[in-house]
Amino acid sequence: MASKSWLNILTFLCGSAVGFVLCSQLLSILFEEQKDIQPSILHNDPHARHSDDNEQNHLEGQMNFDADASQHKDENTDIADKLYQKVKILCWVMTGPQNLEKKAKHVKATWAQRCNKVLFMSSEENKDFPAVGLKTREGRDQLYWKTIKAFQYVHDHYLEDADWFMKADDDTYVILDNLRWLLSKYNPEEPIYFGRRFKPYVKQGYMSGGAGYVLSKEALKRFVEAFKTDKCTHSSSIEDLALGRCMEIINVEAGDSRDTTGKETFHPFVPEHHLIKGYLPRTFWYWNYNYYPPVEGPGCCSDLAVSFHYVDPTTMYELEYLVYHLRPYGYLYRYQPALPEKMLKEVSQIYKNEDTNVRSP
Amino acid sequence: MLSESSLFLKGVLLGSILCVLMTMLAHIKIDYGKRTHHHERHHLQAPTKEDTLKISEDERTELSKSFRVYCIILVKPKDVRLWAAVKETWAKHCDKAEFFSSENVKVFESVNMETNDMWLMMRKAYKYAFDKYRDQYNWFFLAHPTTFAIIENLKYFLLKKNYSQPFYLGHTAKSGDLEYVSVGGGIVLSIESIKRLNSLLSIPEKCPEKGRMVREVSEDKQLAVCLKYAGVFAENAEDSKGKDVFNTKSVGIFIKEAMTNHPNQVVEGCCSDMAITFNGLTCNQMYVMMYGVYHLRAFGHVFNDVLVFLPINGSDND
Repeated sequence: MASKSWLNILTFLCGSAVGFVLCSQLLSILFEEQKDIQPSILHNDPHARHSDDNEQNHLEGQMNFDADASQHKDENTDIADKLYQKVKILCWVMTGPQNLEKKAKHVKATWAQRCNKVLFMSSEENKDFPAVGLKTREGRDQLYWKTIKAFQYVHDHYLEDADWFMKADDDTYVILDNLRWLLSKYNPEEPIYFGRRFKPYVKQGYMSGGAGYVLSKEALKRFVEAFKTDKCTHSSSIEDLALGRCMEIINVEAGDSRDTTGKETFHPFVPEHHLIKGYLPRTFWYWNYNYYPPVEGPGCCSDLAVSFHYVDPTTMYELEYLVYHLRPYGYLYRYQPALPEKMLKEVSQIYKNEDTNVRSP
Repeated sequence: MLSESSLFLKGVLLGSILCVLMTMLAHIKIDYGKRTHHHERHHLQAPTKEDTLKISEDERTELSKSFRVYCIILVKPKDVRLWAAVKETWAKHCDKAEFFSSENVKVFESVNMETNDMWLMMRKAYKYAFDKYRDQYNWFFLAHPTTFAIIENLKYFLLKKNYSQPFYLGHTAKSGDLEYVSVGGGIVLSIESIKRLNSLLSIPEKCPEKGRMVREVSEDKQLAVCLKYAGVFAENAEDSKGKDVFNTKSVGIFIKEAMTNHPNQVVEGCCSDMAITFNGLTCNQMYVMMYGVYHLRAFGHVFNDVLVFLPINGSDND
């Protein structure tokens, strides 16, 4: 008797559970449209929002910290993506054991991701970061040694993985998309290199180390070969000057990296120092070093700038925000650069079915 | 057997009834909540992608021209350097910008408010703007010279908002029960709000020149009190992801905070892509922002925007 009543109760409970579940499923299907409104009401709960604690961290619960892609649904990156495939750039960043966490970390979190391949070059190996160990000492006087060894390492391990080879410091901010636009007009089989061109000491000029410079595949081959045949040696510890001298010896051309309006793209300082008239005093060495006529104020810097130097960690992220996030909606930029020839055919395919209102970048 | 299956079916019936009851109860709760929140439209969001329909080039131009923004910048002689920077940079993007100063300054043209009191300056400026420009502009943006504004993003934010409604937008804060827009982030009023404000300015009981409190109350709070009497309530402006678009801090401060609070998502957690204002900038930073916003960008990233804004004539910095 007792067991039968237990069975009855169980049957009844099972039935109610099944009924409940089925019903809730049915109702959720029926109310699917209304459900979309409800989350936004909860999301806009004024009690959650209007506490006196207006700190950024209270956003975290509501923010979707997914990859960048989710925040840029109305952004079309087809051209940038195509260039990524066509103009392969290997970046190597000059750093050291002391600076991995202080500086190189922020490079890694920002622009380094956009290189086709990135390597962090240090005097000693660090498997966790990861950083390549060049087996040199540290210090300003080691810079040229590190550069020579870094390029050798890249040549020996990654020559076929890229078309262009960029050197930057751990306080350089590089805009890879703009570098690809610049380099797309050139052939990596040509012996040429680009950067912020300085005029003293070397007839064809040499490229500022801090602003970063980029070698074509041919230029890299010749550079590494030159040290094997003693055409070039470790002639001085002034990295950029010594490299520039070597480039001239091996007939690698010092290219003109300015944009089509003549504005500089590689910058040896942060934007503020170039944009503000009088920031750099007239007696500063910079005014006598620039190969092309130096400009301060709004004409200093290309819209499609490639690099800035002496960038501290905070400024790295600020630049990242200004370049890749903040924009003036609907604004028709004054500078409308042409797409590289190579790209024109492929791009017209992409925009064949698009609205004619798509603006060129 | 039969009794068991009937028991089971009775159970199913009870379960479904319970479910329906619970769902109905939940819906009633939310509906009630909806109604009480209805007049407290605290959070205003920017248009989403779905809102921005496919329209022709001419329609885009016409639509863009329909937003007429008048900018009021309240300055004092000590702000002269910032004043110059604002005048040379973002103020040029307003359909009209005027500087309202506490006293006449030889170097710059301004509307003299003849008072040092910020609340009096604000009242007089709004009255002046309304009297002179009520027919020419539909949105009024007020800021201090420490603020940097991107007027194009302001117009985008206002895309689906009707200026004949009483809008009062910006970065809101709370003081006790009072919700107000912080002047640091900039204050946006629709023509309707300014109209209502104007009619109250002459009623000292509602909108006194000297605050009712013994201690000094900031001008942004005073404004909120006045507007409340006119049925105009402060709303916090956010983008389609819930991020503030009016900011009372500079980009640098946000980044520094992000580096401490969420070091793995510094830029993602920082600020809106469609930010309208930042505050606390130096003169130099104004020029850097102009370059960063109106020039510096990444090649190959293309946007299909529903509004169209041309570069400004006679402006070097953009």
